[in-house]
Amino acid sequence: MSRIASRFAELRAANRAALIPYITAGDPNPGVTVGLMHHLVAQGADLLELGVPFSDPMADGPVIQRATERALAHHVSMHDVLRMVSEFRTMDAATPVILMGYLNPIEVLGYEAFAREAAAAGVDGVLTVDMPPEEATSYNDALRAAGLDRIFLVSPTTPARRVQSIARQGSGFVYYVSLKGVTGSASLDVADVEHHLAALRGQIDMPLGVGFGIRDARTAGQMAAIADAVVVGSVLVNLIEQHRDDASAIRQAVGALVAEMRAAMNNARSSGE
Amino acid sequence: MIDYSKFPDEHGHFGPYGGIFAPETLMAPLEELADAYARMKNDPAFQAELDADLADYVGRPSPLYLARRMTDELGGAKIYLKREDLNHTGAHKVNNTIGQALLAKRLGKTRIIAETGAGQHGVASATVAARLGLECVVYMGADDVVRQAPNVARMKMLGATVVPVTSGTRTLKDALNEAMRDWVTHVDNTFYIIGTVAGPHPYPMLVRDFQSVIGREARQQCLAKEGRLPDALVACVGGGSNAIGLFHEFLGDESVKMYGVEAGGDGIETGRHAAPLCAGRPGVLHGNRTYLMEDENGQIIGTHSISAGLDYPGVGPEHAWLKDIGRANYVAITDDEALDGFRMLTRREGIIPALESSHAIAHAMKLAPTMSKDEIIIVNLSGRGDKDMNTIAKIEGFEF
Repeated sequence: MSRIASRFAELRAANRAALIPYITAGDPNPGVTVGLMHHLVAQGADLLELGVPFSDPMADGPVIQRATERALAHHVSMHDVLRMVSEFRTMDAATPVILMGYLNPIEVLGYEAFAREAAAAGVDGVLTVDMPPEEATSYNDALRAAGLDRIFLVSPTTPARRVQSIARQGSGFVYYVSLKGVTGSASLDVADVEHHLAALRGQIDMPLGVGFGIRDARTAGQMAAIADAVVVGSVLVNLIEQHRDDASAIRQAVGALVAEMRAAMNNARSSGE
Repeated sequence: MIDYSKFPDEHGHFGPYGGIFAPETLMAPLEELADAYARMKNDPAFQAELDADLADYVGRPSPLYLARRMTDELGGAKIYLKREDLNHTGAHKVNNTIGQALLAKRLGKTRIIAETGAGQHGVASATVAARLGLECVVYMGADDVVRQAPNVARMKMLGATVVPVTSGTRTLKDALNEAMRDWVTHVDNTFYIIGTVAGPHPYPMLVRDFQSVIGREARQQCLAKEGRLPDALVACVGGGSNAIGLFHEFLGDESVKMYGVEAGGDGIETGRHAAPLCAGRPGVLHGNRTYLMEDENGQIIGTHSISAGLDYPGVGPEHAWLKDIGRANYVAITDDEALDGFRMLTRREGIIPALESSHAIAHAMKLAPTMSKDEIIIVNLSGRGDKDMNTIAKIEGFEF
């Protein structure tokens, strides 16, 4: 069983939804990332999503665009990101790490070389925003051969036929994009997400995560009641930006919000079921 | 013998290039667009409306003009200019926006968005939006807003909102990113009019089809004037829409050589250019696989060209394929050479070309003397130079 699958199995047994914080690797500088990853786990993260910086993040809003620019100012490459994961793994063998990014930094390495190196570094899953299942045959083969989970997005516009193809090709969990927009867009509509998730449950036999538009502990709690995982990105990256000159202030601010979300998510499950 | 009409395949591939590399939210709208286009392509009523607009609104067919003084001075092949600069709004871009706007209308969309570099596609989009009563938002790199100020003014007068894009390199690629972000957010009511033969399928195909009117006319006009096909075609390539528009009808005519002219900027050897086909390598950007300017980590690198319309690190996937199979040749012309082309056409023929098109003129100036006097070159004069007066005035040292 993959590290992601066993983590979700543990969470299901404990009646908990997964909290998955996102940070951009190398933001605000490469020295901050690994320590921050450990701190996120200490404050209640169940899985980690690490953004791989790309020069043209066309699905991201301004907050994550600026994080990307800060990381790229330090020339953070895919190899640097994988080194960060390796370093993280020396202290934490349990928490799954997912890389989230765009195709070109993977394409330039070649799918097989990338998958091999990522697996060796301790990466567990890969989510590539601009790689839909239609184009993903050899990409999926390479990730599967290396034992990496293939995480795909489902959006409010995804028709049923494509949901089935995503369910067949994906693994680990499915990431439901809670609104039409870029990362960090307007807040999500809880009733609408609930309606979509219910429809997806019938078609997808994998944990369902929700992301985009989750900005506070209250919304994280609401999502924990209906989803298997809650992905939180822009609101954390925004805090990193505010404290970008002070690594300990970053840990404190980001850690506090993650802990608050964790508590709200636990409450939602214990009171709701 | 390749049947070029069979490309792209149903998933938008030209050999290894093209395809659909888009965020999930856009996959269904792209499919909807491909389906709608497939229906309308075979709908005589749609084609009749398009043809009428091209004739009466755009002013087609555009002339095929023999540039006699230029030809005489160069002393080689006869040079004909396909006069896309005479179209309404001053460039070939309107051929495509007319077509896509008709699609938008049939799909019931009320809002048009577009990216623009030189502003010609932005103006052409704002123009058709005004005519159809649609809201129009144009994304333009903040640096391009400055260097193409006359076109910004035109778009605003036409009622469009021009959004300067300050992210990344503040040029065309960043405008495209921002337009994609807008589309993902407003996908229900918004039609994205992409201005070139790039982006995810079906855009490279449908923009090509709308621009192919250039080559269809040029072929007939050349046969009528000369009784035979041209020997060479020359067109500038940024994303590559005017070039594919001229080339496509001739792809099956093996005797016709094709030259796509990229922006060589300060020179390929300096690294300061926008010539991915000449000096880049394949990768994935903006929804398709194609040649890109990128670093060793797959990050897209900044481009440089005197012409905002060619200042783009990618290129249409069909060009990438035509390069690999050897059907078309891709060359680079520097900023200085383009300015020589600009001066040549202005002073010898009384035609002020766009800086983009000046790259094609400059390559024809190299090519013509190597050919015999009974051979024929058609240069796509893709746009007029009114928008470039600020840039030129600064270089030539006079007050504007």
